[in-house]
Amino acid sequence: MVGRKKLWVKILVILILIIGTLWAGFPILWMMLNSFKPNAEIFAWPPVWISKSASFEAYIKIFHNPEQVRFFINSYVIAGIVVCLTLVVGIMASYAFSRFNFRGKEFINTVIVAVQAVPPITLLIPYLSLIVALKIYNTYWALVLTYLVFTLPYCILMTTGYFNTISRALDEAVMIDGGSRWYALWKVLVPTSIPGLVSVGMYTFMQAWNEYLFALTLTKTNEMRTVPVGINLLMGQHAYEWNQMMAMSVLGSLPILILFLFFQKYFIAGMTSGAVK
Amino acid sequence: MNTANQTAKIRKKITPYMYLMPTIVLMVILLVVPICMVIKFSMLDEAITSKAPSFVGIKNYVKVLTDKNFWNAAKNTMFFVLVSIVAHMVIGMVFAMVLNTRYLSSTTKGLCRVIFALPWMFTASVIAILWRLMMNPSGIINYLIVTLHLSPEGVDWLASRSVALIAVTIINIWSGYPFYMISMLAGLQGISTDMYEASALDGANGIRTFIHITLPSLKPILISLIMLDFVWTLQQFALIWMTTGGGPVGSTETIATYIYKQAFSKYKYSIASTAAVLLLIICIIIGIFYVRHQRSEE
Repeated sequence: MVGRKKLWVKILVILILIIGTLWAGFPILWMMLNSFKPNAEIFAWPPVWISKSASFEAYIKIFHNPEQVRFFINSYVIAGIVVCLTLVVGIMASYAFSRFNFRGKEFINTVIVAVQAVPPITLLIPYLSLIVALKIYNTYWALVLTYLVFTLPYCILMTTGYFNTISRALDEAVMIDGGSRWYALWKVLVPTSIPGLVSVGMYTFMQAWNEYLFALTLTKTNEMRTVPVGINLLMGQHAYEWNQMMAMSVLGSLPILILFLFFQKYFIAGMTSGAVK
Repeated sequence: MNTANQTAKIRKKITPYMYLMPTIVLMVILLVVPICMVIKFSMLDEAITSKAPSFVGIKNYVKVLTDKNFWNAAKNTMFFVLVSIVAHMVIGMVFAMVLNTRYLSSTTKGLCRVIFALPWMFTASVIAILWRLMMNPSGIINYLIVTLHLSPEGVDWLASRSVALIAVTIINIWSGYPFYMISMLAGLQGISTDMYEASALDGANGIRTFIHITLPSLKPILISLIMLDFVWTLQQFALIWMTTGGGPVGSTETIATYIYKQAFSKYKYSIASTAAVLLLIICIIIGIFYVRHQRSEE
């Protein structure tokens, strides 16, 4: 009786695995397959699974188009700056939260947690006039500064948590030896928290790389567009060159996929920190 | 001697603020000021477009709250959010539990965990374009439907008024469940095996163990997940904008696309600001509950 029940559970588990793999994996496989097809075969009926004339043509076209290469450069530069600034500013704030008691601490902390609930679209309209007033419309800074508002809170909460696990005795020892607080933070606390900071950095990179709404509205010219906006621009411009759009999608997803596959543990730590205590 | 001591004391007092300075400056300029601005815009008659807009009080709020299109958007948003959350939760839970069983080798588990988590790694525009390709009238999904004889002819997923909202909800379900799955998996792995063994000794079956041990242990995580997901899905813009643009005929219009259209295609910034403030209020209320919940867990 028990053996039979176990068998049924096993069959159910395997069935769910197969359905799950198809549900999660098939669309991604389909994206890759289509990026190698000639455009004429995209909507062939019955579908062409692996094209006889499969080629890297779509990828080559993207790499030969300076406008599209520019989308990638913009995305890398912006995400890179956002990660660096978020970490520097966030580490400093986390140090204050972790090592000091001061007036307003509780209040500032509450604001930082609550910012995660503020919808970007609510800030969009004031940002538009603010960014124009600051004369940074259609520049990297328009995106870098606005992204920081949404990347910093998460960074501060995570990093404060990591710093709290490190004994105060460690940085006090540095200060007794004549080192400054600043030195203790960057030479002792930060190196000890590298694994946590890697998680934070990756999550921040993902947030910046994937952002769409601000990238769409706070930049105007094609040479300032990022990958998420750029992919969508291909739709209008090239009269539905589906193979190129799929190739661009694959290329645009690669940085995050590589981070995920190679640093799974850190990536998952970053993902779960919002809900799992 | 005394003055040196005092300066040291003052220095110690202001040190934390020095470390916080960049964060505070940034949050004031790019968060506090914009929120005040959007509230102000919502009370002007022609914000941004007019050089000298006049104060109209709550007139815009009355206008938005009596706008048929706004309520249509609110209704669609509610459907989109509720169905997404329930589906995310169910799919996430099932996958997490399967990945946590002892029937599978750790290699299979590792591989499946990666595959199941994949949709989370893609940006909204990639997801939108990919599903537009698959949901095209002559796309792969319709091919499967016709070949498997589920329906004599294909469905025009994103262009038909009756199914477009369901279609964008499915896309959102696909892109969001891994967040639940990964978090719940971490939660499941935190439940001690002793509890399961004790429950098995008591003769409890799978379903009873699930209700009395698994669910209560996951409850705090689930509450956090639902609140985060609620806020995120409520303001989902990119996915809908790039698949249907709110159409056809407003059938997938959500609060976010409503705000965007009022601002950027109709240039009614005051109306857009008003709807944006209403959205903010809902999100902040949930945010407060989230903060309280997180605090009580600590």
